[in-house]
Amino acid sequence: MTTAAAGKIKRDYSLVGESARRAVETGLASAEWYHTDIPRKVMKELMQRSDGPAIRDTIVWAAVQIISAAGAIYFWGTWWCVPFFLVYGVFYASASDSRWHECGHGTAFRTRWMNDIVYQIASFQLMRNPVAWRWSHARHHTDTIIVGRDAEIAVMRPPDLLKAALMFTGLLDLRYSLPALFRQAIFGLNAEEKNYIPEMEHAKAVVAARWHVAIYVATVAVAIAFGTWLPILLIGGPRIYGTWHMVLTGLLQHIGLADDVTDHRLNSRTVYMNPISRFIYWNMNYHVEHHMFPMVPYHALPRLHELMKHDLPEPNPSIWHAYREVFPVLLRQLRYEEFFLKRELPPTAKPYRDEFHRLDLLEAAE
Amino acid sequence: MAEWVEACAAEDIDEEDVVRFDHAGRTYAIYRSPDDEFFVTDGLCTHEKVHLADGLVMDDIIECPKHNGRFNYKTGEAKGAPVCVNLKTYPARVEDGRVMVELD
Repeated sequence: MTTAAAGKIKRDYSLVGESARRAVETGLASAEWYHTDIPRKVMKELMQRSDGPAIRDTIVWAAVQIISAAGAIYFWGTWWCVPFFLVYGVFYASASDSRWHECGHGTAFRTRWMNDIVYQIASFQLMRNPVAWRWSHARHHTDTIIVGRDAEIAVMRPPDLLKAALMFTGLLDLRYSLPALFRQAIFGLNAEEKNYIPEMEHAKAVVAARWHVAIYVATVAVAIAFGTWLPILLIGGPRIYGTWHMVLTGLLQHIGLADDVTDHRLNSRTVYMNPISRFIYWNMNYHVEHHMFPMVPYHALPRLHELMKHDLPEPNPSIWHAYREVFPVLLRQLRYEEFFLKRELPPTAKPYRDEFHRLDLLEAAE
Repeated sequence: MAEWVEACAAEDIDEEDVVRFDHAGRTYAIYRSPDDEFFVTDGLCTHEKVHLADGLVMDDIIECPKHNGRFNYKTGEAKGAPVCVNLKTYPARVEDGRVMVELD
């Protein structure tokens, strides 16, 4: 792999700022992206939906939460409740992220209502407005890591390492998510949200926020009425103590890689992971594959990976390896914001195309 | 004025599948339903202008390959976020094994 530093350009991550304007002007917004060639018949087979794998996984997901919550309640007041809360928290607040994601795409189940129900439950557990986030994620797929367009860039440049570290506690996300729900419930959507959510969906987003807020208010009321933290530790609280796995795996999706390019091989990362993390993460460790072909369900991603790995940079062999690769890049970005990791392609891959690089696009525009 | 245009051979499209058809500077999607009927819509998703011919046909639904926006390809109806605007549909028929499309 090589690293690359490009010319200095001030980044403005606001969705209504200078970078957003420039992305539209230079054609980076809603651009055409590189795709690995996969024959239509094979792709059609990979895209096929099935209820079986997601029903099985959802039963396991729900069962783990119910059993661990029961254990936590049973041992409440002793230290024995801690391991139960740790398991509960990860399945409540981390595994729900991948369920939210896959059901949001509508690819987890073949049956639509099953996708919708799991999507709504997972959105609640994550304190995410189910309407607003559906649209922000659509934008993330249209304009992946395009500065000023993508609302889901987790670590911006120059990186705030303290903030990145605090993400593992869930505190930062909670500080944003919960007030956002209250604001949406009481005052409606702000200018940035209106930028990526169509007007016809605004009212739906407000209603969804009101439902979430009502449940949280009821949870706190029950906790106060019975004089116990238990309801809050079971509903809402896991967002703090159970988020770490979501961040551990999710941060690796794009961190330290290129921005403002239109080739997912340059801005996304595939990482081989242990089977437990892959279950929690629902195979989103195959992230280049997912971004290139978002129609392929999570359970078919390993097959897709085998078919296209000749065209991709070598995957990181473990989570640990990926962080060891990323950390020096982040340190360098503290001083040189333009620095990023440019991952080398194998000889069997189609080369990165110059016109897919931001600088070439910008230079051509200037 | 509308005219009937020959688009492709019926056998070019698998059952429950879709192909792209370009004509006079415009792009269309031609569908073959599971019950062996043919339908035609505009070729680009009304959300982000992605070719629907790369998407997935399931029963009466075409799903966009980019954001999984869903349309009923028989009526053009948008079935929910992230698609809000219906697809335009066109009459189609099969003559001597060729798919004919009535275009504006």
